[in-house]
Amino acid sequence: MNMEPRGMETHAETEIAELFDKLHQDLPGATDVSRSREAAFAAFRQNGLPHRRVEDWKYSDLRNRLKSVPGFAARRDDTAAAAILAAAGDVYGAVDRYRLVIVDGQFHAGLSDLTALAAEGAVVRPLAEALADEGAELFEVPEIAADNAAVGLNAIFCADGLVLTIADKARLSKPVEIVHALSGDAPVSTAERVVVKAGAGSEVTLLETFVGGTEGSFANSVSDFRVASGAKLVAARLQTEAAGTTHVGTALVTQAEDSAVKLIGAGIGAGFARHQSFVRFAGENARADLLGITMVRGGQHVDQTLVVDHAVPHCDSRELFKTVVDDDAKGVFQGKIIVRPHAQKTDGQMMTQSLLLSEHADMALKPELEIFADDVQCAHGATSGQIDEDLLFYLRARGIPEAEARTLLVLAFLSEAVEEIGDEVVVEAFEERIRSWLSAKE
Amino acid sequence: MPAVQETIDRVRSIDVDQYKYGFFTDIESDKAPKGLNEDIIRFISAKKDEPEWMLEWRLDAYRRWLTMTEPTWARVEYPPIDFNDIYYYSAPKTAAGPKSLDEVDPELLETYEKLGIPLREQEILAGVEPKNRVAVDAVFDSVSVVTTFKEELKKAGVIFCSISEAMREHPELVRKYLGTVVPVTDNFYATLNSAVFTDGSFVYVPEGVRCPMELSTYFRINEQNTGQFERTLIIADKGAYVSYLEGCTAPQRDENQLHAAVVELIALDDAEIKYSTVQNWYPGDSEGKGGIYNFVTKRGDCRGKNSKISWTQVETGSAITWKYPSCILRGDNSRGEFYSIAVSNGCQQIDSGTKMMHLGKNTSSRIISKGISAGRSQNTYRGLVSAHRKASNARNFTQCDSLLIGQDCGAHTVPYIESKNATAVFEHEATTSKISDDQMFYCQQRGLSGEEAVALIVNGFVKDVIQQLPMEFAVEAQKLISISLEGSVG
Repeated sequence: MNMEPRGMETHAETEIAELFDKLHQDLPGATDVSRSREAAFAAFRQNGLPHRRVEDWKYSDLRNRLKSVPGFAARRDDTAAAAILAAAGDVYGAVDRYRLVIVDGQFHAGLSDLTALAAEGAVVRPLAEALADEGAELFEVPEIAADNAAVGLNAIFCADGLVLTIADKARLSKPVEIVHALSGDAPVSTAERVVVKAGAGSEVTLLETFVGGTEGSFANSVSDFRVASGAKLVAARLQTEAAGTTHVGTALVTQAEDSAVKLIGAGIGAGFARHQSFVRFAGENARADLLGITMVRGGQHVDQTLVVDHAVPHCDSRELFKTVVDDDAKGVFQGKIIVRPHAQKTDGQMMTQSLLLSEHADMALKPELEIFADDVQCAHGATSGQIDEDLLFYLRARGIPEAEARTLLVLAFLSEAVEEIGDEVVVEAFEERIRSWLSAKE
Repeated sequence: MPAVQETIDRVRSIDVDQYKYGFFTDIESDKAPKGLNEDIIRFISAKKDEPEWMLEWRLDAYRRWLTMTEPTWARVEYPPIDFNDIYYYSAPKTAAGPKSLDEVDPELLETYEKLGIPLREQEILAGVEPKNRVAVDAVFDSVSVVTTFKEELKKAGVIFCSISEAMREHPELVRKYLGTVVPVTDNFYATLNSAVFTDGSFVYVPEGVRCPMELSTYFRINEQNTGQFERTLIIADKGAYVSYLEGCTAPQRDENQLHAAVVELIALDDAEIKYSTVQNWYPGDSEGKGGIYNFVTKRGDCRGKNSKISWTQVETGSAITWKYPSCILRGDNSRGEFYSIAVSNGCQQIDSGTKMMHLGKNTSSRIISKGISAGRSQNTYRGLVSAHRKASNARNFTQCDSLLIGQDCGAHTVPYIESKNATAVFEHEATTSKISDDQMFYCQQRGLSGEEAVALIVNGFVKDVIQQLPMEFAVEAQKLISISLEGSVG
């Protein structure tokens, strides 16, 4: 990879180094954990925050964005945490689900439905506790994400989060919501990690929501989904943080044979957001459906980046990403399908489409194929344009006012990706977000 | 099961000795000492009898080059190049002096004859004009040895000569346009080229003139340890049209040789330039030993309204290709096209593609790229399509398809699409696959052998691009593709 020598250390980089000096003694985990933190910190010292000259961050210059890094919040009591959670809002309101609550990077067992989950074969542990006995294994990431700067930064500071272990063949009766709430009063940094171990043949729907925050907040979470053979996992990640927030969210997926994962990510909030997904096939006959919608306006910058690693034969992946850009906002999509040598019979299809609603909207697309095996079917498509005037005319000719017609077309455009998830709860919640986003403009 | 087992076997046993142009012409040559420094640049400039401003231009480029680092972003791997272990100037001794064909060394003429390049102008027989005449500028190592049909072109007002001659005869044109499309400091290799370029072709087609014949330059690297650094400048004035062909070969050698060219095209209002390349530098042997490093900067500037630049390339040669013929669509309603076939076999590495930069209003571009990888080669398409804020109604269609033959090769697609204007409509599609069993079965069931079937399918795969080539080149290109895939095709 093309690593330019780093320039002058920025203010934020100095702050990160100072934070590590101050905190590292008290971070949880035994020697092996602190060793992997130190290794990540050494890499950070060498490369700094990722910037536009690092190919993977070409369109999302985190170094330029982060002028200052706030400190990590001290652990709050459950009452204070509940207040922050309430202030941040509830995306799934009426939906019957289990809840696991992370506030300002700290897992709050007292606010979470641990007992009911345990009854269904799903055990939850705070990450701080799990790090002590499971050790650095919890920080292990697929090769494709190994040199990712944001994942490294998370490993340096990660103090809490949760480990959700789902027993073999367990089928959870209700979806599990993992809320990542940020305090809205004062900016904080967070670096939590969620590790989900879905046992063989298990089935679960996870709803991850990222809410709250204020000007200057910096959230950098990692969710690591380890999916055992034959397991089915649906994960819907919805990010609607406050406008001034900087959000970097990473989803790591490792799939064993015969497993099926559907992952959808919605980038709606935050001033600057980067959603990255790294999917690795470790067993044959697995399938991944990766979906995403991005809606940006004002001066927002939202990036959806994904890498799918077909490391073994006979796996299928489907990617469908839709982006709507309004005002002066910028949308970014980067997608890469890697087919390793001998990963024959791979089928990978990636589609990304973007709709530019205003004159100064800005969109960058980079769909990539990297193929080292011959007996494969891989394709990608990418389009960028504005609302089709013919479609608009068609609707208006049938008496639908222009504004409503536009709304309808944008909704239809985004829904195409949302509906692929095939889970009613998710479809309804996501479409509701799309509608409220569209009506906020009027 | 991969396509045809015998195909795979043959690819494995492939012997790149099928390179038909690998001979060496034993001819006495005049060389500058090895290495690169200001004295060498002064030497080259003096040899070319260049004006003072040109020497300054070169020295300035050289000083800038010293501060630059080699680009490493392309998906190619090679040991570091020692830029001081190269001869930057080599010319056949007899080539100097007035360039009448009779004075050209017969050895040289024979070389070109062997390559199938006619340097003798065919005489017109009793009112029967031969069809498809092509004017040729032949560049041998560092110098242009002869340019044919000059007189006839002159009558039409077209200037076609070597760039050194242009610098002497038409300094005003060279000075006005040189370096305006590819600036001196554009990139590492373009800057190196600006410092040391030795020859190349110059074309100027005046206002309203349709160039009466195809123009062509044939590049040949002959000497050992030399680099070829040519510079081509083509200007189509208002309403002019020119079609230009480029071909290249080199002897078979064990060491790698560097070829770092710069090509600049300028199309003014309503002008059209069609630039076709059949690149057939020596690709190295089956173990990846030897071959040309082809690090080329090609860029066209659609400077005027309604102008059009079209690049067509067939890449079969070179150990490493690093080449992105691009279009700057500056003029309103201008159009850029890029048609490419890149065939890699053996241990070849290709990282090629294009850039379409939409700046003007109502600009359009089209990219068709077909990559075929066989053997242990790596073949990458890398392209950029961008729309500037003011590029309203920009339109692009891109299609890049890759075909893999054998399981040890790689095919990669890295497109960048940047749209800053809502009215810009960009579409991109890419596919990668092997030849399907169904297609093979269909052909074989109709009586074709396995090899014939592969050849037929590959030809169909590249048809879109072959159709864009001028007739003579299309035939050559088809032959070249089958030679490059020999062992894997038939």
